[in-house]
Amino acid sequence: MLKAHDRIFTNLYGTQDWRLKGAKKRGDWDKTTNMIAKGQQWIIDEVIASCLKGRGGAGFPTGRKWSFMPKDDGMTPRYLVINADESEPGTCKDRDILRHEPHKLIEGALLAGFAIGSHTGYIYIRGEFHREAEHLETAIVEAYEAGLLGKNAARSGWDFDLYVHRGAGAYICGEETALLESLEGRKGMPRLKPPFPALVGLYGCPTIVNNVETIAVVPTLLRRGAAWFAGIGTPDNTGPRIFCLSGHVNTPCNVEEATGIPLKELIEVHGGGVRGGWENLLAVIPGGSSVPLIPKEICGTVQMDSTSLCNVKSNLGTAAVIVMDKSTDIVRAIARLSKFYMHESCGQCTPCREGTGWIWRMLIRLADGIGTVEDIDRLEEVTYEMEGHTICGLGDAAAWPVQGLIRHFRPELERRLGVA
Amino acid sequence: MKKMPEVFTFSKENEGRIQEILKRYPEGRQASAILPLFELAQRQCGGWLPKGAIEKVTEMLEVPLIRGYEIATFYSMFNLAPVGKYHLQVCGTTPCMLRGSEDLIHACKKRLKIECGETTKDGLFTLSEVECIGACVNAPVVQINDGYYEDLDQKSFLRLLEDLEAGLDIKPGSALGRQGSAPLEKETSC
Repeated sequence: MLKAHDRIFTNLYGTQDWRLKGAKKRGDWDKTTNMIAKGQQWIIDEVIASCLKGRGGAGFPTGRKWSFMPKDDGMTPRYLVINADESEPGTCKDRDILRHEPHKLIEGALLAGFAIGSHTGYIYIRGEFHREAEHLETAIVEAYEAGLLGKNAARSGWDFDLYVHRGAGAYICGEETALLESLEGRKGMPRLKPPFPALVGLYGCPTIVNNVETIAVVPTLLRRGAAWFAGIGTPDNTGPRIFCLSGHVNTPCNVEEATGIPLKELIEVHGGGVRGGWENLLAVIPGGSSVPLIPKEICGTVQMDSTSLCNVKSNLGTAAVIVMDKSTDIVRAIARLSKFYMHESCGQCTPCREGTGWIWRMLIRLADGIGTVEDIDRLEEVTYEMEGHTICGLGDAAAWPVQGLIRHFRPELERRLGVA
Repeated sequence: MKKMPEVFTFSKENEGRIQEILKRYPEGRQASAILPLFELAQRQCGGWLPKGAIEKVTEMLEVPLIRGYEIATFYSMFNLAPVGKYHLQVCGTTPCMLRGSEDLIHACKKRLKIECGETTKDGLFTLSEVECIGACVNAPVVQINDGYYEDLDQKSFLRLLEDLEAGLDIKPGSALGRQGSAPLEKETSC
């Protein structure tokens, strides 16, 4: 269990003052100038040494991403873009950072912006987060007034401007290149990669896109050192991490814990246990809606890190744990996710545009016991046709939950068809 | 519901805001401001984006009109028809569904006698089922205008509707009195 003094987000629940005065009391903006004085390479090296992986779902090593930035030619602007378009079903951790710890994010933005040689940052926040955006904007104004942003930010000699850009309701804008399209004033349709944003990003310039939580842990990581960060969690998944516990637990909550905590411990200690007791558990989606579910037998032993979860054909994703007890109609629960992906598909790739709707219609039929055993096979086949055949990961994300359902609950599907 | 004039103009106050918004983006990249400007226009029109406003914004930003239409139809927060004074957006995605969002929608339909996507005759409420709004540990969640109303059940949701009908202010946040996303009874972190 994560020790109290190892917690980064000590105001996760908003029990304390979220504004600059309160943030400074919690240690934010402490020695920021000194950290910048140590230089860009020092920051990047520390982040690489900490093995910090992105917290937005894909889990790409952050330091390595930063090192992809081309050499500064002194003429082309470089951008830091922070992805606050949190929309993955099950996930609501960035919301807490935005509304209760905005200064951790702003300080992180300055440090990351400096490290990648950027003078301008944008925070792309989902449009529905109206009150969260208000907190963030207030905190940014405070930072400007205190000289922590703008010219010679935090007396570091580095100029850094930070802006909030509000989205308008589109899950796909959480995909980094769709986000950049949206920020440029277009529909959020993902771009073909390569080139990656580090080379050709916002307005055609070198750009790093990072998740809110990733950027917000950077100041504490640098202050306490890479060794401290790497000492928490597992060798593959270091550091503390905010887990979101939703669904059929007695006390749903967000909680900061060490990566690699056993799933059962996470649910029992922080979620107050499964509704009706552990025996009443049916299945868990361990990393946001896009990852395959795991049935109860696996939940009892698996650890919450990407290696352990990959071994059971799932993933850590955004660390959002959706718990389903035995009262759940598992086919309908997954079908509702398929409806979500159908709604959110941007429509540019045929396998995703057509496939997401087809999958949803098929699952609704199967949920009602309409169809044949061959339909289950065909459904599975279609998910594999979608996977890997689209520009962005939404096609994969729509396919995986259905594959998980068929992998672990095929007997239930067959029972409904009256054949088992 | 107010009828919109054919030609849309921004209020003086919003004109000032627009100048501030445009400063965020590099020169020649003013198209970036299209989402914030649409949002301002929608707010000024009482929650929806008339054709005249789309035309006005694209003209201001020197963006082709078709791109304005593309954007207005792509992003789910832009309403292309008038909505009620209170837009009830019930999250229906799985984490909310597991905790009873279907019951909320059912109760709401029964009480207001409208279907999803419809507005009550008095123009007070519009009901929509929306996709994940990102407050899953406080499910089920309903967004009413700018606020999130969390940890609801049929009873607490209907009470919110009654209060709104009576012209009372309602307080966003957890119906169970939870502190943010903390567990209900006591904090479990060290």
